Amino acid sequence: MSESLTFHFDVDGEDFTSAGQASVQVKKNLRRLGIPPEIIRQVSIAMYEGEINMVIHAGGGKADVIVSENKIEIILEDHGPGIPDVELAMQEGYSTAPDSVRSLGFGAGMGLPNMKRYMDEMTIDSVVGKGTTVKMAVYLS
Amino acid sequence: MTVKELSEKCNFKAAVLPDGGREIDGCYIGDLLSWVMGRAEENNVWITIMSNQNIIAVATLADVACIVLSEGVTVDDSIIKLAEEKGVNILLSDKRTFETAVEIYKTI
Repeated sequence: MSESLTFHFDVDGEDFTSAGQASVQVKKNLRRLGIPPEIIRQVSIAMYEGEINMVIHAGGGKADVIVSENKIEIILEDHGPGIPDVELAMQEGYSTAPDSVRSLGFGAGMGLPNMKRYMDEMTIDSVVGKGTTVKMAVYLS
Repeated sequence: MTVKELSEKCNFKAAVLPDGGREIDGCYIGDLLSWVMGRAEENNVWITIMSNQNIIAVATLADVACIVLSEGVTVDDSIIKLAEEKGVNILLSDKRTFETAVEIYKTI
């Protein structure tokens, strides 16, 4: 595989219960490409956390997964309210999710930390009032 | 041990068993979905009381062998249908989470 391959997804902000469709699709696509199972697991979980975040906080957004020879990148972009304090948001247990979301088992303040845990690189570019872009990458040995 | 064998030996009720031959390796208990995705391991039995639609995505992404709903929690038909489509096994236990876990521990 010498050229990169991009999968694009629009994440529907209205549909909380079906969130995860993009991640499950990514998982299938990566399986077809013969990516190692543990890497697939890491990428699809990080992607799901990002998807859920966009649905909970930003009214949806878009996601691109770029598979190249030596790495898999995920770029998540939304036009939500932005994150005022990224460092605080990265702390395990810190959450601004509403109770309705917590009752479904989300909002534990583990989403961003999980993304970081499973990916080799992660940067968050957020502007309050404009939106957030999260870029993540995992390297293929 | 397979999910089907576990279900029979522990007297769980199989709500949906599209992949009953799947092998089990260990167990994880948790209701916070991100916590589960961060900690559960591939082929674990996942015990939870959460029964909303999101558990299907979590089970698929975390690659658990099956979900066991403890404490007599039940699932809606729509979720059973989705689990069938996605190949996610769901077992039901009337016992409390602790007793369910002990039963599984003794069996596997």
